[in-house]
Amino acid sequence: MDLVGREVTVELKNDLAIRGTLHSVDQYLNIKLENTRVVDQDKYPHMLSVRNCFIRGSVVRYVQLPSRRGGH
Amino acid sequence: MSTEEESAVKEPLDLIRLSLDERIYVKLRSDRELRGKLHAYDQHLNMILGDVEEIVTTVEIDDETYEEIVRTTRRTIPFLFVRGDGVILVSPPLRTA
Repeated sequence: MDLVGREVTVELKNDLAIRGTLHSVDQYLNIKLENTRVVDQDKYPHMLSVRNCFIRGSVVRYVQLPSRRGGH
Repeated sequence: MSTEEESAVKEPLDLIRLSLDERIYVKLRSDRELRGKLHAYDQHLNMILGDVEEIVTTVEIDDETYEEIVRTTRRTIPFLFVRGDGVILVSPPLRTA
């Protein structure tokens, strides 16, 4: 049931949504994602060249997880 | 058999425990609401919800008439982690749903 290695979409409190592969999580629920793409790239062109990122846990609103069927 | 201490409702979080695996209503900051099945929660009110509907409410003010136009945007998400610091309240779903 480990979600490391699965595709997730992290939605931040500033409405930015980042899709990527979950690399790791820590005790603060800070998240490291790999192979990231911003969900609405035309609206949020800030991170077009970012492929790996560290997200501070406190700025997360939601994490959309793969459903049990294995992916989304 | 006379004690049911395991299910005793002693503190507010125990009320949420009663809703595990049930559908619940969550009011969040930024005029958002969620309805979904509660799979898990913790003392921060971080939650895992399944088959979630999110409703975002916005109010536009017309430039000329100054009337308030209330809009709601809905979407569904199959499996969602919600960070507890955005949660305002948790409740069984309202009967109008």
